[in-house]
Amino acid sequence: MSDAASETASSDPFELKASAITVPVMKLFDPDMDRITDLLTTKIEQAPDFFHNAPIVIDLSALKSGDATVAFALLVGLIRGMGMIPVGVQGGNELQNEAAEMLELAILSNSAGRPRPRPKARAAAAPGAAPEEHSLLVTRPVRSGQRLYARGGDLVVTAAVSSGAELFADGNIHVYGALRGRALAGAKGDVSARIFCRKLNAELVSIAGRYKVSDSISREHWGDAVQVYLIENRLVVEPI
Amino acid sequence: MARTIVITSGKGGVGKTTTSAAIAMGLAQRGNRTAVIDFDVGLRNLDLVMGCERRVVYDFVNVITGEATLNQALIRDKRCDDLYILPASQTRDKEALTQEGVGKVLDEMGKTFDYIVCDSPAGIEHGATMAMYFADDAIVVTNPEVSSVRDSDRMLGILASKSRRAENAEDPIREYLLLTRYSPERVERGEMLGVDDVQEILSLDLLGVIPESPDVLDASNKGAPIILNEQSDAGQAYTDVISRYLGDDVPHRFLDARKKGLFGRLFGG
Repeated sequence: MSDAASETASSDPFELKASAITVPVMKLFDPDMDRITDLLTTKIEQAPDFFHNAPIVIDLSALKSGDATVAFALLVGLIRGMGMIPVGVQGGNELQNEAAEMLELAILSNSAGRPRPRPKARAAAAPGAAPEEHSLLVTRPVRSGQRLYARGGDLVVTAAVSSGAELFADGNIHVYGALRGRALAGAKGDVSARIFCRKLNAELVSIAGRYKVSDSISREHWGDAVQVYLIENRLVVEPI
Repeated sequence: MARTIVITSGKGGVGKTTTSAAIAMGLAQRGNRTAVIDFDVGLRNLDLVMGCERRVVYDFVNVITGEATLNQALIRDKRCDDLYILPASQTRDKEALTQEGVGKVLDEMGKTFDYIVCDSPAGIEHGATMAMYFADDAIVVTNPEVSSVRDSDRMLGILASKSRRAENAEDPIREYLLLTRYSPERVERGEMLGVDDVQEILSLDLLGVIPESPDVLDASNKGAPIILNEQSDAGQAYTDVISRYLGDDVPHRFLDARKKGLFGRLFGG
């Protein structure tokens, strides 16, 4: 037995060891998404090769706590949409860490870049339930304060989505009722994702980090059945 | 086995306690053994609205902690033999309501009662979540204004995820909308949301519409649930609510400013 054990030990398929890797850290000072988008676009234009498929860590420690977590989800979509790979966050508060975990980012401790033990978020998940990697169908109204995420697929809601509710999907979002809450499609940067709804009353729509709040959605299409998609980094709202 | 009904809203001051008192009285008047529990530990009001504040000896928290038996704490209503009140403690806080303790008390009550009405405190914190955790039915009390509608919507989201039925993957809680303090005149002037607007936002079965009425405050002051006042619009509307809850198809009244006078004459005298 011991022979067999030592034999397998010597031919393990891998070994784990700590290693230091230099990763660019994006330290945020201002959560204003428009300014972030502008600066990021400029930087990428200057050195496109450097940023292509580059891992990046988002540092939130310089932000005031209480800055919206949605803005954070938008940022992740934006970075992914621009071809970089966000791998982790550091210095976030509890809410931001929760959002980070939902977007499958590692939560790093500030000091050494080691993964921090996750307190309760994982334990809260139903035991034995593997994260599902497909579309999500919801037939009941999505209420204010509820948050749904279709990991790796489309999110389909056959009822209304209330103001104060948040929908995230890596793919498209379809709402066969009034959309009064927030909808963020292409949460992992898929710029071809779209949002479809029967009645547009959204607080915010976003695709791969580009977003419009209700104030900036044209009144022309308010309350209409529309689709929202990206053309050359611009959000287009179009009746269907 | 008793059916447990939570009267909830999220927002304060919309008429939860008035509704709890009226619904408990209405169910009991029709021969159902009914208990109404005040979950607003620390801010108890139900005993006043039910007119039994002078007879409170033990309370809900005493039963949970084992300082009193359920029979010692339950107060029998003087007007209706089938109605009992379990008052809240005024000297404790809501942390005294443990899930295990509340569950035990409700289980014990379930053996002898047909309906248990739980009067939820405002907010979405511990007291409110305890009141709804064991519910079979939820009556969401909403005023026809935007903030109340949004709070109700939030509460509906919590009902769908944080109840015993949700956690055990049983049939979901049956949810009903009760619109209170409704003023058809103000709706006509565009100062208030109409029934249709609220229903569209909340997409929920409408259990009833209670018109704004000075009789409600009067009833609270007297300690007589408004449903006992058969002359009052609001009292009649609650009577309709009981019928609808028990499965009768009763048309909605008091929705229209003009018709109010006519119906008032027909049913008022």
